[in-house]
Amino acid sequence: MKKMIAILLAVCMVLSLCACGSSGSGASDEKVIKIGVFEPSSGDSASGGKKEILGMQYANSQVPEVELNGETYKIELVLADNGSSTDKAPSAASSLVSAGVSVVLGSYGSGVSIAGGPKFEEAGIPAIGVTCTNPNVTAGNSYYFRICFLDNFQADVLANFAMDTFDAKVAYCLGESGNEYDQGLIAFFTQVFEAAGGKVITDSFPKNNSDFNSYLNKAKSEGADVIFTPVSIAYAVQIMKQAASLGIEAPFLGSDTLDDNMVLEAVKGTDLKLYVSTFYQEGGSPEFDEGIKAYINANSEALTANGGNDTISAVTAMGYDAYFVALEAIKKAGSGDKAAIMAALPDVTYTGVSGDIAFDEQGDAVRDTAYIKTADTASGAWALETVQTGSGS
Amino acid sequence: MEQLFTPEYIVSILLSGISLGGQLALIAIGYTMVYGILRLINFAHGDLFMVVGLMGIYVCAVLPTYAAIPIVILITMGLGFAIERAAYKPLRSAPRMSAMISAIGVSYLLQNTATYVTGGQPMTYPTIETLNRTINIMGTPTKLVVILTPALVLVLIVLLTQLINHTKIGMAMRAVSKDFETSRLMGIKINRVISTTFVIGSALAAVGAILYFTTYPAITPTSGSMPGLKAFVAAVFGGIGSIPGAVIGAFLIGICETIIKGLPSSWNVSVFSDAFTFALLIIILTCKPTGLFGEKATDKV
Repeated sequence: MKKMIAILLAVCMVLSLCACGSSGSGASDEKVIKIGVFEPSSGDSASGGKKEILGMQYANSQVPEVELNGETYKIELVLADNGSSTDKAPSAASSLVSAGVSVVLGSYGSGVSIAGGPKFEEAGIPAIGVTCTNPNVTAGNSYYFRICFLDNFQADVLANFAMDTFDAKVAYCLGESGNEYDQGLIAFFTQVFEAAGGKVITDSFPKNNSDFNSYLNKAKSEGADVIFTPVSIAYAVQIMKQAASLGIEAPFLGSDTLDDNMVLEAVKGTDLKLYVSTFYQEGGSPEFDEGIKAYINANSEALTANGGNDTISAVTAMGYDAYFVALEAIKKAGSGDKAAIMAALPDVTYTGVSGDIAFDEQGDAVRDTAYIKTADTASGAWALETVQTGSGS
Repeated sequence: MEQLFTPEYIVSILLSGISLGGQLALIAIGYTMVYGILRLINFAHGDLFMVVGLMGIYVCAVLPTYAAIPIVILITMGLGFAIERAAYKPLRSAPRMSAMISAIGVSYLLQNTATYVTGGQPMTYPTIETLNRTINIMGTPTKLVVILTPALVLVLIVLLTQLINHTKIGMAMRAVSKDFETSRLMGIKINRVISTTFVIGSALAAVGAILYFTTYPAITPTSGSMPGLKAFVAAVFGGIGSIPGAVIGAFLIGICETIIKGLPSSWNVSVFSDAFTFALLIIILTCKPTGLFGEKATDKV
């Protein structure tokens, strides 16, 4: 008897699911173009991924439709969580492919983009990287484009900044072992710094490490003038907190990942010196700043995603721009067909809130500007330190 | 290189090793006690540890610290009790493997709930003023918590051994761990003994978590898995089921790991600090399967 009831219940559930499915697709006869959002909303980089999604959602709320050949298409964002992990990324990418998206945006984090990239290439879906800065994202994958600068540029800017501003001779670099993003940046940084006559000490910590006291003490003992930590947000928070209690005086240099509210919160009220390179500085486009702040404050979910306050992360601005680049490509292609969008993408140009966007033959953005921000530890806000343009190395 | 090995540096490495060891010891006791009595490896213990950290954040936000700490410990004891009642008690007569799989289930349940509640963002543990005060040990600035941890661990362990050796419930615990079925026949209320074990284990994990997250203040939903795994290795290392074994194992692992991390960067070995812990496990298991202080299993025919 019990078994019968169980089977009946199961059948009911399956039927109701089917009903949901059919009513969902049957009700709408309006034309829809799906844009895949390939971002981490769980795992180490969730904090960054959510902020990037925020920018796209805000852009989508601003321009939810596109006019093609006299017909109006609704733009729908399809979210897939790649879990900040390279082993979950391919299945998240596959889920976007089977959802039938025309173009993909993301991801935050280069490792997951590299891991998911081949799935998009196989399916012939063009992908637009938003803030994945590692050169290997677009190298060898003709379907991957990106709108941000590259790590070699970023590392070059930071290394020059360290030498010019702090007269640094010894740099201590700390990254997560096996993380493409961390290790790539450290390698580029080392190249530039050593070429200019500096000494670099590199060190790696294992995944899920939480004790950074030994590393920081080591950096201090080995006489580092600057400490370069291009790590994920969760580690960065841990490092900053522990550095504060150890009284580390050497300035910290961070890459674009460290431009995050959580990191800012961690250094607030300490004596640490933190400098990060990033894509956008609040104030770059007052109109966008105002709009996104209103959007975040009006929506409690968005507020939580942004870490509980309305400080604008550079990745949010980048997510916003990426959405419009995709829209531009769809307009140029004249349809929601993935192959047509792929053909149109290389020639797309767009002026976004983070600057002018155009692609080179590799699919990388032609960018020559990075903002270096410093954390104002008293007020807990970012302040613009300098704007670096390409040093041409 | 000579520049690196200053006395201050060596002291600072040893200090953080001892404090990490102490924190691991408090978790390892929970593993070893539950194993001693139920022959169950409670995989959810590491995640319980992480939950304590998150609760600390939320409770400290509404209450002053001196009130928050006891409340967090009490809630954790309740949670440990509830986990045992809900996930392990119904499986008491089932094969041992079922309870272990249930433990893994609880572990993922806790992790995913934490992801849901925090949104996967790293949370920052509140600063507990007294524990965070910076003091100088032989010219090395360090937090008070680092010194306090091993002392607190010793006090708690002395209390625990007193409880086990000189009280009625302690005697019952020893009896149950010797022979489950016979002690039940002798009229020992087995469920009460098991619940007490879980409550004690959870309380120690709660103290461990408060100390651990004061030292390493960022919490993610997976924050408990690594310390949990290492504490488990420590418990096996010392001989699972043996409390002094677990404590010594934890201190050894904590100190060795910090020393490996602290070796000069040019040797490029710091990345192997975790690998070392698990290599140690393999070596112990092959050379001395019962661990340092493990009881010899005597088969009664």
